[in-house]
Amino acid sequence: MLRIWRRAVNNVMLSLTGICAFVTASALFLILGYLLWNGGKSLDWNFFTKLPLSPGELGGGMANAIVGSAKIVAIAALLGVPVGFMSGVYIAEFSGKAMANVIRYSADLLNGVPSIVIGIFAWTVLVVPTHHFSAWAGGFALSLMVIPVTLRATEQFLGQIPQSLREAALALGASKWKSVATVIIPAARTGIMTGIILGVARVSGETAPLLFTALNNQYWSKGFDEPTSSLPVMIYTHAMSPYDDWHRQAWAAGLVLLGLVLIANIAARMVLARGAASQRG
Amino acid sequence: MRSTVLIAAVLAMAFPAAYAAETINAAGATFPAPIYQKWFQEYHAAHGDVQINYQAIGSGGGIRQLTEGTIDFGASDMPMTDEQISKITRFKVLHFPTVLGGIVPTYNVDGVKAELKFSQETLAGIFLGRITKWNDGALKKDNPGVNLPGADITVVHRSDGSGTTFVWTDYLSKISGEWKSKVGRGAAVNWPVGLGGKGNEGVSGQVKQTPNSIGYVELIYAVQNKMPYGLVRNSAGVFVKASFDSVTAAAAGAAKNMPPDFRVSVTDAPGKASYPISSFTWLLIPDKIADATKREAIKGFLKWMLAAGQNDAAGLSYAPLPQPVVAKELKQIAEIK
Amino acid sequence: MATASRSVPGRARTFFQNVRAGDEVAYLITFLFAASVLLVTAILVYELWVKSGPAIHKFGFSFLRTTTWDPVNDDFGALPFVYGTVVTSVIGLLLSVPLGVGAAIFLSELAPPRLSNTLTFLVELLAAVPSVIFGLLAIFALVPLMRSYIQPALIGAFGWSPFFKGPAYGVGVLTASIVLAIMMFPYIISISREALIQVPREQREAALALGATRWESTWDAVVPFARLGIVGSIFLSLARALGETMAVTMVIGNDPKINASLLAPGYSIAAVIANEFTEATGDLHLAALVELGLVLFLITIILNGVGQLLLMLTTRQGTAKS
Repeated sequence: MLRIWRRAVNNVMLSLTGICAFVTASALFLILGYLLWNGGKSLDWNFFTKLPLSPGELGGGMANAIVGSAKIVAIAALLGVPVGFMSGVYIAEFSGKAMANVIRYSADLLNGVPSIVIGIFAWTVLVVPTHHFSAWAGGFALSLMVIPVTLRATEQFLGQIPQSLREAALALGASKWKSVATVIIPAARTGIMTGIILGVARVSGETAPLLFTALNNQYWSKGFDEPTSSLPVMIYTHAMSPYDDWHRQAWAAGLVLLGLVLIANIAARMVLARGAASQRG
Repeated sequence: MRSTVLIAAVLAMAFPAAYAAETINAAGATFPAPIYQKWFQEYHAAHGDVQINYQAIGSGGGIRQLTEGTIDFGASDMPMTDEQISKITRFKVLHFPTVLGGIVPTYNVDGVKAELKFSQETLAGIFLGRITKWNDGALKKDNPGVNLPGADITVVHRSDGSGTTFVWTDYLSKISGEWKSKVGRGAAVNWPVGLGGKGNEGVSGQVKQTPNSIGYVELIYAVQNKMPYGLVRNSAGVFVKASFDSVTAAAAGAAKNMPPDFRVSVTDAPGKASYPISSFTWLLIPDKIADATKREAIKGFLKWMLAAGQNDAAGLSYAPLPQPVVAKELKQIAEIK
Repeated sequence: MATASRSVPGRARTFFQNVRAGDEVAYLITFLFAASVLLVTAILVYELWVKSGPAIHKFGFSFLRTTTWDPVNDDFGALPFVYGTVVTSVIGLLLSVPLGVGAAIFLSELAPPRLSNTLTFLVELLAAVPSVIFGLLAIFALVPLMRSYIQPALIGAFGWSPFFKGPAYGVGVLTASIVLAIMMFPYIISISREALIQVPREQREAALALGATRWESTWDAVVPFARLGIVGSIFLSLARALGETMAVTMVIGNDPKINASLLAPGYSIAAVIANEFTEATGDLHLAALVELGLVLFLITIILNGVGQLLLMLTTRQGTAKS
């Protein structure tokens, strides 16, 4: 009797977990599908080549937002990746335990700051003193989000390198820094690169930090010192508007943004998988 | 392939020498955003070297960013207060009225195709949260013969600091003592009821998508989105619909008594044909602009705006400035150094 | 590079000097970068503190207790926003944890490896979707669904209770919670799955050997072993949900009121900052917004700290190997 009950419970619960997995996976498919359907309908050549037009006028695009996002993300990566990477190397290879804990805690703090608060900070520190919104300010804000991710990835993957490799390099007469630079880091490079790509991809979709820093721009922004349009901010402003044409463009922008982010993610994971395979083999 | 094109594009954008256009940054009110965007686009088409980037972040935003110096000029539906003006020490702020607009109560009521009428008490009652159903006695009295549903009223207001809100609450404070003491007027107030939408776009979007809702937006947003909007009873007791004529009528009195700094309120204006929720909207221009190119560009734009630009107003449901006001403003342009 | 002096000890000394110099330089460079991380974080906290000064000075601790948000009369209270932030996150958790942990159990214990890896990969991609896109989908897909079907159904079934009163706006606290739940799935699933995978085989096999059913061995022997990791994942997801700005702003209704009904509009800390920051005309208004940011930051730090601690404890206790 009890056995039948237990068997029934077993079957029900196992199926339930399967349903859970199915539900969550189908959420992704639904999201992608909906976005593909609405975005695909709205994507046209104008989107990639034209500037935005005032509401009510058809035929506009978001060419400046695509380039703007590229500029801002490039700055974020240029500022954030070296800092995160070097700090990760410091924690993993050079520092003592106490200092490592302090730096790690501080990076976790930075990671925990809500993105809107990062926006406020960048506004206070860069926009107000220089009296203008700029791609620099936006890139700086995003770099603060890139640093903790890069630091953690670097530290984690360097930590996975077995101590024997370090000792072997030193035994062969290399100095500490040479062994780190020429042996350890290359050994961990695929993991580190994966972490960096994932981190940068994540910040490319962030909207809140850009609202008060890069603002937005209807035109091409010259250089990096002007308000710059970006895909996430465009999606936000267009989605909240009552104009059907702007909604259409928001879908298209959403599709493009998601596409770029997903491609970066998939590429990063493939790099990691291949790197791991080659190390094992 | 696309990545190389993108990289080339980014590099091209990064070098200022490639472009001759000077970008002037402005931000502020969403109320006049449709016509400002049209103006800046038209002006750029005629003068390729002048690019004015206007971001509609709300009147409050325009004032703050102008105070912080992060934009070249601002735009607002509410004139700056003396306190706000005194906070800016680098220059004096010159107010330039650009157009007149009307703020309308736009609604989305199940089954109601007729134009609804709102008396002062009804409007205040709805936004105070005292009138909660569409078939309330007050609404029925204003709209005899209209079949109003028994549904709850969903109020939509602005969630951001807004000159549109300022004008709306200014009007409500004038016609309702209860509103004046309970809520008051301001760009952002403590709303007794309702959902918040961001910008005129957010409110009209929300009303359009929410059945049995009512919100307040600039006339052009209701027109462009083909949303119904109601008639409001003015101080002469006539139910008036916002239009070119009724808004112009509201401004007629103000033109004669325009103060020298152009800061004036025209809500609840006298006159049988006046639309009671009308307002000027202003560009906030510094009186000292260091960069000569920018200064000349802005002055040139202002002159154009006061002449050719005014012709665009009617098409977008704004009313152009009365002639005496235009003449006074042209004189004020000379103050920009 | 080095000019060796003639004798062997002399040559050795110069060699070591060079080596040490290179190492010193490397140490210094990496240290400077690491110190800059510390510096930036310190400046950030400092700036937040200073900029919220006027509000802290005026309201003190009552800021956290009062409910008025009145920019006209310069009276600000944080409670409606804290309430909205906490309620949407907690309900989001209540919705996503059972589904997420259930899915994690399925993926780690029951699914064949290839299915498990593919599904996990797809679920982790969901973590990469930017939040503004969730907001976009929420406005155009979820809100109409809520307004036309789900909310009326809830009102019909549970309208007698204070939690499901009110008109079906479409937007509201519940809608925001659902969006947060969907955004939390990937984190709960992937971290819990990792924790479950690390449980040693012996646990499972021992339970099965004793006659337990598949489910019983999973639920009674494996999951408890990994529970610290699972709880850790919950804390980390919660910390992320609290700071979530865009998706919540677009569907929460933007009304700073505390309402028992889940169908009513609400407001979260991140949403009010995003809406009002660029336009806060009064200095006190701005300071109050920054103080809200500080409050959110503190809550997030505490939750992150607890989550990380739990995860650390798991990896120490949970795995017997390596």
